[in-house]
Amino acid sequence: MDILVLLKQVPATESLITIADDGKRVNTDNAKWVINPYDEFAVEEALQIKKAHGGTVTVISVGNDKTVEALRTGLAMGADRAVLINDPATADCDGLGIARILAAAIRDMSCDVIIAGQRAVDDDNYLVGAAVAEFLNIPHISMVVKEEITDGTIRCHQSIDGGTSLLEAPLPVLFTTQRGLNEPRYASLPGIMKAKKKPIDTRTLADIGLDAGEIAPRARIIEMKLPPERTGGRIIEGDSAQAKAAALVRALREEAKVI
Amino acid sequence: MSVLVITEQRDGAFRKVSYEALSEGKRVADALGVSLTAVVLGDGVEGIAAEAGKYGAEKILVADAPELREYTVDACTNVLAAIIEKEGPAAIIMGASVQGKELAARLAARLNAGLAMDCIDLRVDGGDLIATRPIYGGKVLAEVALSGAPQIAAIRPNAMTVTETAAAGVIETADVAVGETRIRFIEKTVDTGKADLTEADVIVSGGRGMGGEDFSALEEMAGLLDGAVGASRSAVDEGWRPHADQVGQTGKVVSPSLYIACGISGAIQHLAGMSSSRVIVAVNKDADAPIFAKADYGVVGDLFELVPAITEEVRKIKG
Repeated sequence: MDILVLLKQVPATESLITIADDGKRVNTDNAKWVINPYDEFAVEEALQIKKAHGGTVTVISVGNDKTVEALRTGLAMGADRAVLINDPATADCDGLGIARILAAAIRDMSCDVIIAGQRAVDDDNYLVGAAVAEFLNIPHISMVVKEEITDGTIRCHQSIDGGTSLLEAPLPVLFTTQRGLNEPRYASLPGIMKAKKKPIDTRTLADIGLDAGEIAPRARIIEMKLPPERTGGRIIEGDSAQAKAAALVRALREEAKVI
Repeated sequence: MSVLVITEQRDGAFRKVSYEALSEGKRVADALGVSLTAVVLGDGVEGIAAEAGKYGAEKILVADAPELREYTVDACTNVLAAIIEKEGPAAIIMGASVQGKELAARLAARLNAGLAMDCIDLRVDGGDLIATRPIYGGKVLAEVALSGAPQIAAIRPNAMTVTETAAAGVIETADVAVGETRIRFIEKTVDTGKADLTEADVIVSGGRGMGGEDFSALEEMAGLLDGAVGASRSAVDEGWRPHADQVGQTGKVVSPSLYIACGISGAIQHLAGMSSSRVIVAVNKDADAPIFAKADYGVVGDLFELVPAITEEVRKIKG
């Protein structure tokens, strides 16, 4: 079974975020870069599908020279191949543009299952997975917490508002991950050593038959700002838990008017 | 030209975010000087369609078919793409529920439309939508300018004001072009008795300080306030609460009117995920916990004494 994982390198969630001088980007100079957490679930699930059904796992990313680190981590976890689309023309892409690039790169590959994170924790777009599936004209199932493949069909438990639903689709299929799907493994030392020797298949837009005009953004960030700084309010005093509780509920009712 | 609002109903009732999308759609339509059209999809939904008129929809398109009884993304994408092609709206507004998010993404790709996901504010500039959306799990607010037509804005539940109008809309039957579908719905399990975290007006969350999986004190408080129970990542990692309850950068980013954090110290990812709440209350025995620096009201003490005491005080008010 040919399994593809869409992977993005993002600043770790514990990073303090500041905004660059141009007001349109975040400063990432001091960020610790990691595989997007939801994509780690995707790599792990791909490896488990490979273990159950045989085949190959390919990690694929749109990025720059630095992105190689994330792809190497994917290889060290156990992926067989890595593809990087590295082209300066991708720098200003919106989510739809990234999805177009990934779909163009995947179109020539053989694939039965594509797994993507439900979202990247930097731009929180929730877009790329579904859009790649649309461009490849295959079904997609999002927010999967459990899946099972039998006889060319996938059955997925999907996390929905307030519960779960059970869906089925024929392969090839794309699904996106939700926490709870699995526990991603750490890269082992032998895995890390082996990954160093594996080549990264690097391509430009021209290599995958796209030109910059086809990925012109339809959604552009024009300004970034930090949310209004919340400052600590007041500490509710009282001689007992009951007294504090009464003072708090009075404040919520009379001052804040939220009860 | 029009603004098109895609409503979401579940089992024959509109979800709250649909009223928010209609109200916001009306504001955008007024700013663009065009009319507002609503789409209602489902099976046997003619009865609820008229309600969309109360929030400003002049035309209500009803796509009613047995194939739409249970939502699947491919059937709804096919039906909506055909409707959108016929209507030619300037902008499409929908709710960014779990279902709305995947539908918006698939539609954006099908229509080659600029998309702003999870918007907390929308304005119109020179005929284009400018959306404000939280990114980095709420640590940054990005202003996104959309271009081309149509433009899609999926709005975050609980972020937009609901405005009723005195008007009524004209109901029309829409063609239902389900077309080829490959996703088969089998079943769903939904706890209807529980408010969903992203829609809840009040959230009571527990963290490491809960010390175990007994969240009954929080459940009781949330129940009394018609709210939902959330959890910090620590509580989820410990296995005390399901992943769906997690608030923060790798969970849900929420915007309730009232957020009560119990035994949560306040990791940066958690603070980002709840900082757009209107009022934050922190209950923690550690007076130096970072969460107190972000809370409007802090109560220092043992949560196992304080939470029941607060619940009792609320009960007195609620009678």
